[in-house]
Amino acid sequence: MSNRVINLLVPIISIIIGLIVGALVMLVSGYDPVEGYSALWTGIFGDSYTIGNTIRQITPYILAGLAVAFAFRTGLFNIGVEGQLIIGWLAAAWVGYAIELPKVIHIPLALIAAAAAGAFWAFIAGFLKAKFKVHEVIVTIMLNYTALYIANAIIRNLTDGGFKTERIHESASLRSDFLRDITDNSSLHYGIIIALLMVALMWFILEKTTRGYELKAVGFNQNAADYAGMSVNKNIILAMTISGMFAGLGGAMEALGTFQNASIKAGFTGIGFDGIAVALLGANTPLGVIFGASLFGSLKYGSLNMPNAAGIPEEIVSIIIALIIFFVASGYIIRVGLQKLSKKKEGQ
Amino acid sequence: MKKRKFGLVLTSVLAASAILGACGSKDEEKPAKENDGATSDAGSSEEAFTVAMVTDVGGVDDKSFNQSAWEGIKQFGTDNGLTEKEGFDYLQSKSDADYESNLTALVRRDFNLVFGVGFMMMDAVEAVSADNPDSHFALIDAEVKADNVVSILFKEQEGAFLAGVAAAKTSKTGKIGFVGGVNIPVINRFHAGFVAGAKAVNPDIEIQVKYTEAFDKADLGKITANGMYSSGVDVIFHAAGATGNGVFSEAKERKKQDPNANVWVIGVDADQYEEGKVDDKTNVTLTSMLKGVNTAVVDISTKAKDGEFPGGQTLVYGLAEDGVKLADSRGAIPADVQAVIDEYKEKIASGEIVVPEKVEE
Repeated sequence: MSNRVINLLVPIISIIIGLIVGALVMLVSGYDPVEGYSALWTGIFGDSYTIGNTIRQITPYILAGLAVAFAFRTGLFNIGVEGQLIIGWLAAAWVGYAIELPKVIHIPLALIAAAAAGAFWAFIAGFLKAKFKVHEVIVTIMLNYTALYIANAIIRNLTDGGFKTERIHESASLRSDFLRDITDNSSLHYGIIIALLMVALMWFILEKTTRGYELKAVGFNQNAADYAGMSVNKNIILAMTISGMFAGLGGAMEALGTFQNASIKAGFTGIGFDGIAVALLGANTPLGVIFGASLFGSLKYGSLNMPNAAGIPEEIVSIIIALIIFFVASGYIIRVGLQKLSKKKEGQ
Repeated sequence: MKKRKFGLVLTSVLAASAILGACGSKDEEKPAKENDGATSDAGSSEEAFTVAMVTDVGGVDDKSFNQSAWEGIKQFGTDNGLTEKEGFDYLQSKSDADYESNLTALVRRDFNLVFGVGFMMMDAVEAVSADNPDSHFALIDAEVKADNVVSILFKEQEGAFLAGVAAAKTSKTGKIGFVGGVNIPVINRFHAGFVAGAKAVNPDIEIQVKYTEAFDKADLGKITANGMYSSGVDVIFHAAGATGNGVFSEAKERKKQDPNANVWVIGVDADQYEEGKVDDKTNVTLTSMLKGVNTAVVDISTKAKDGEFPGGQTLVYGLAEDGVKLADSRGAIPADVQAVIDEYKEKIASGEIVVPEKVEE
């Protein structure tokens, strides 16, 4: 069997196996898998409303996935996407409501603010790694908590003990009446275009610039890169900063698109952590991230419809979704299995 | 070679479809049944008044107001002979982003009245009610000004005032504690009432206050309670959802180590007597401040069913309306203290005492 066929078969088979095991779970717990999966399907693609909301859900996942993937390519494990996203969210919301500007300036400004805030948050980890060899995993995990509680404290201060910031001005909003009209009042917003632009940007940086080549070289082998005259430390800081920029933009999607404000959070949003899985599913490539984010976002949003339309309890739904993702992620096992099979056949 | 491989794949796909097909045929009656339900629903839609709710991220089994609201919905459902799913239902939200989708999903299933439970649902209820002007909504713990929304607020401060009286009267060290969840207006009302009540009976009392900034972290509650009890606090009132479970476990541990230890917890939202059980004889729950979300849900649903939906209004449930009260202490509060509590209760209910909503600095 050629590699091409295997490459095609692996994701398809993994999804099918995931669906089958999920179906078994539903059967064992006494629910109808057909009903369950059709609820999942209509929850994702049922009508323009659900499609709109599915895309809205995918948007921040793309950016979170890009953030993780970009750092990965330089050999860095950015666990701090969650924190960078929260800081970006706050920055975008603040620019959104505190300043009044025409739309053409306001939206870019809010986006830049979010990107800069996220970048700064990741820069801290990159700087510490480069200068003092502090492991970025520890720093970024801890910076998640600092981000969460600092954002909460700032929101409280900005609003005199309130729970959420004012709503952002219309001029900073990524929502549009047009998108609402064609998707039957869903919360779809223009953020998806920004997310896709960022996918292109990441591809461009990595594949078409010298800097991107250096970043990748550092990721492959730091010593070799160093020997070749590249500054490893500089590239580590740069990779983290760009990674944080993507994460910050992910937060801007929530601030300017979905929620139109920033509110005090009792816990993490989870988008940043899911971003790790999205990046891994997508093999850390820009296009792969789109695939991973689409899978994650659709399952996450579509699964809301399973308790609604099929009466399957929340907990079972979470198990099924986790199983599907598990099997998609363990594509390697299937690949090895397929290769073994073809070898055996050839041996006969 | 290739063909055989393909054959294998084909078989596995076939096997899969066979399994799925099997499930399909087995459950063929089910959709039919559902259709029946739908048609009978449609047929009786004039009479059958249906209700549903969306929980916030706490989930329907939070032992607190989401659960209480669901109990109210269930009670209304059973009282009116409705079936679950068609007549009454709930959807859980996993993140803030799910509120709007869940509310919209219930509206599309044509429920006559949809409840949004919790302060955090405010924006979502506002948005969805504007998009669906013909549907009716009720929002608990927050206010939305719209003709098709009724807002339900509680005077938590009044119930918490009584909890403060009970705590101050029970304390032997003159130190009591308040453990709050997130620092938001709802929890501030508990806080303010508790402080006012305690100061009313003992102006010199020392009150330690700590917001844990989470409703779901029992470990934080436990650490906080440990610090408070260690510094001499003997009664803690928590308004922190599942975080408060940690307060209970800390108190129980102390009671287990030293049966004579004077440690008490005042529960919140629901009667948390069970939470405070050390063994058959000992219990650390002094009382609980009940928040009658269930009563309010039944009340609003009944009004709406009778065609008296109080749209655009904000209904406030306090001591006078029986919306908040203290739970049965099962003997933990002595009769003389209970008498003082009852006295204050009447004064508040009659309006003689107005309990502040915000903590006076």
